[in-house]
Amino acid sequence: MPRDVIVTVDGRPIAAPEGATLASAMLGAGITRFRTSVTGEPRAPLCGMGVCYECRVTVDGRPHQRSCLIPCTDGLHVETLPNGAASWRPEAESDADVRRCDVAVIGGGPAGIAAAVAAAEVGARVIVVDQGVRPGGQIWRHRDRTALPKAARAWIARCERASAAGPAPEWLARSTVFDVSVGDDIVLRLTGDGPAVADVIRARRVVLATGARELFLPFPGWTLPGVMGLGGAQALLKGGMTVRGRHAVVAGSGPLLLPVAVALARAGASVAYVVEQSPAINAMSFGAGLWRHPAKALQAARYAASLFGARMRVGTWVAAAEGAAGRVALVRLTNRSRAWMVPCDLLCCSYGFVPNVELARLVGCEIQRGRVAVDATQRTSVPGVWCAGEPTGVAGEIAALVEGRIAGLDAAGAESRARAGRLRHARDGWRRFGDRLTDAFAPRDDVRALATDDTIVCRCEDVRRGALDPSWSVRQAKLYTRVTMGPCQGMVCGASCASLFGWSAGTVRPPVGGTEVARLR
Amino acid sequence: MTHAANLVTRRAARPDVVVVGAGIVGAACALALVRESLDVLIVDASFVGSGSTAAAMGHLVVMDDSPAQLALTAYSRGLWERMADELPAGCEYEVRGTVWVADREEDLEAARAKRAVYAAHGVAAAIVDASELARLEPALRPGLAGALVVPGDGVLYPPNAARWCVDRAVALGATLREQCEAVAIGRGEVRVRDADGVEETISAGAVVMAAGVDAPGLVPELPIVPRKGHLVITDRYPGLCRAQLVELGYLRSAHGLGGASVAFNVQPRATGQLLIGSSRELVGRDGAVNHAVLGEMVRRAIWFVPALSRCDAIRVWTGLRPATPDGLPLIGRWDAVPGLWVAAGHEGLGITTAPATAALIAADIMGRAAPIDPAPYLPARAMRRDVNAQQAEASCRGT
Repeated sequence: MPRDVIVTVDGRPIAAPEGATLASAMLGAGITRFRTSVTGEPRAPLCGMGVCYECRVTVDGRPHQRSCLIPCTDGLHVETLPNGAASWRPEAESDADVRRCDVAVIGGGPAGIAAAVAAAEVGARVIVVDQGVRPGGQIWRHRDRTALPKAARAWIARCERASAAGPAPEWLARSTVFDVSVGDDIVLRLTGDGPAVADVIRARRVVLATGARELFLPFPGWTLPGVMGLGGAQALLKGGMTVRGRHAVVAGSGPLLLPVAVALARAGASVAYVVEQSPAINAMSFGAGLWRHPAKALQAARYAASLFGARMRVGTWVAAAEGAAGRVALVRLTNRSRAWMVPCDLLCCSYGFVPNVELARLVGCEIQRGRVAVDATQRTSVPGVWCAGEPTGVAGEIAALVEGRIAGLDAAGAESRARAGRLRHARDGWRRFGDRLTDAFAPRDDVRALATDDTIVCRCEDVRRGALDPSWSVRQAKLYTRVTMGPCQGMVCGASCASLFGWSAGTVRPPVGGTEVARLR
Repeated sequence: MTHAANLVTRRAARPDVVVVGAGIVGAACALALVRESLDVLIVDASFVGSGSTAAAMGHLVVMDDSPAQLALTAYSRGLWERMADELPAGCEYEVRGTVWVADREEDLEAARAKRAVYAAHGVAAAIVDASELARLEPALRPGLAGALVVPGDGVLYPPNAARWCVDRAVALGATLREQCEAVAIGRGEVRVRDADGVEETISAGAVVMAAGVDAPGLVPELPIVPRKGHLVITDRYPGLCRAQLVELGYLRSAHGLGGASVAFNVQPRATGQLLIGSSRELVGRDGAVNHAVLGEMVRRAIWFVPALSRCDAIRVWTGLRPATPDGLPLIGRWDAVPGLWVAAGHEGLGITTAPATAALIAADIMGRAAPIDPAPYLPARAMRRDVNAQQAEASCRGT
């Protein structure tokens, strides 16, 4: 029987299941205002995975901590209102903790795990840097490993044990890389909070397995507490969020709709609607394409069958949300021919995924159509830098595993094994699957035009649609309005702006993802 | 809102004045000139406020490295103060004051001398002792000697201040052409190239060259060199610091990093964010982050404000200051080319001194008496001196 831990939020004790993240525990306890935006709006988690900075709270006196990245521990002291002047103790300067390895893997999801396992099994000394509390990335996020699919458990276990060729990869949890410089060695500079922190990694080679984040397209009301991403809801559920008795609408686009609806229903929420913006013809042609991938088709069918009670609509989307008492209360759905209101207190809505290519862009990797360009063995255009998984194109976990394996083998010097026809064949098949996925669920023009002048586009800086002149360059927009300039560094609104205005991504500079001032020393 | 409409309807065949460069200095000049009822065309190679202005800290500060610098900065700070009610919220204008921090007793001696100079010029300033300093700015490290407090200094957000000047100028009849690069300046004319590479010669009654670090490309004799600086901005920590904090002993903090120097300089923004500076390097136009310089700058800031160490830094950037050998801007007629006025070389004081620069330029073009003695800023001094000697001097100066 898992025990509960007790954390204090604004003086009120909250019980959280052991291993829960703080954000999940707070949501489960009915807290709707995590922070107050720069113009005074209540805000609550959107992404659930460390991207959006909407879940920031003050933890043990330290402001701006992302509650979705913090595991609940007994006695954690949380405040949802900023406490003004910082009162924490300064960090004494000490010698940097420098680690060396043959292959550094950035990201601990399927691609990173497969790369680390493959490289270690051919004798390379490997370090994995991962933001998560536990290995697995977003798709294999878990509190209790026994709840994971068997394949995921096996992969994680392989990553934890030594092989005949050498020791297991070293795992740096709760750490992110904010700077990479490529020279004779590749130098990674790290930000981290967990017990296994390092400051600098010097690696001979690096595999970027940085995954993807969700695409959000702003609509009126999307900043209300209770509105979150599909992946966000999934991450928060896995993090221990309770939703029993909640009334949910699941909307947006892509293959995540069904699993999220099922997960919510199983956790006790009543799911009123599941709405897919893609027209019926697209959704069906994608379904038809699934015959090549029976495992995926079976998965989809199973999800659909278990969805008793929810109404499912294609060619339908969220036009707006309205709030009451500081949280979402009503959602307006439309299919162009009609619009109707649905009461709900949980709205999950996002439009597929955006590859995380920031570190790749920082080191100068060639990017094509928003993806890192790689060759047959996952090499990028920058010598010494490999890339695997979603950053090379969103195609799901099996594609990520195959690409990770190829990248790990080649980065560790086992090029002939990396070139095995079996691997390449599998990779190319899944890559085609990914392309079909992207085409079938491309957001329609209607959902890119929902923001009104009053709709907030940049949630960090509260920049409204009306303040942005589409004729500007992205740099102009940044300087004049601070859009994309908040702590999330445009990880949410940068992609929204690209979709709304066609703005290109701005330049990437360290500290990518931000870091403590002291780490810039 | 868009400037394109103005381009079609308002563009004069032959403007009275072409202002080259829409940074804060050019923008202020354009606004001053259009207020003289002149027909003004503003051209910028990129967009309003995109150069040094975009990277600037926006500290409106009275400085006294020389009497001429004191006169210009004090006068200009007053002009910003008079514009305060007009400035939109996006300019984030605030009078926060500057606290010149003395870390040793000898710095406090220097501060007393500085206070006397300010007082003689009518600039309010006060000396505070260690305990008063700790009360005013509790985030500063304990054990500092005291400070010189200049309460009238201000802060603003430079890109939007430049944009406001240009928008006002356009509303009053000026024309703005962005993505329009001046490639040559001659007697009564400017040759420009647009984004499509199409060139055109615009004739005008006068040309005001306010191209900042790009000025030597148009007037090669101008002794302006880019001096790189780094800035860090944090997340929001309202109340951590109250005034802009600058170290008095900044000359002493200069040390050998290939001619680079750093100084403690922290600015609380209206947003609650903290801007951390400052560094100075003469490395041409290389805008890359120099980790050694950045590290030294951050270390120094943390030494003064220890709590900064655990604040979250969300961005680091660099900018180029247009520096001159004697630390004073070049403002006035350029005698070698009749009809050409220069307003450039403001180094790190362009935001502070833009309104005064504009007032000097406008007075001279209109044939009026200058509001302050213009002689120390006249660009003619650049013609009289040996450029090599000036370069050497520029690389030694700590300001």
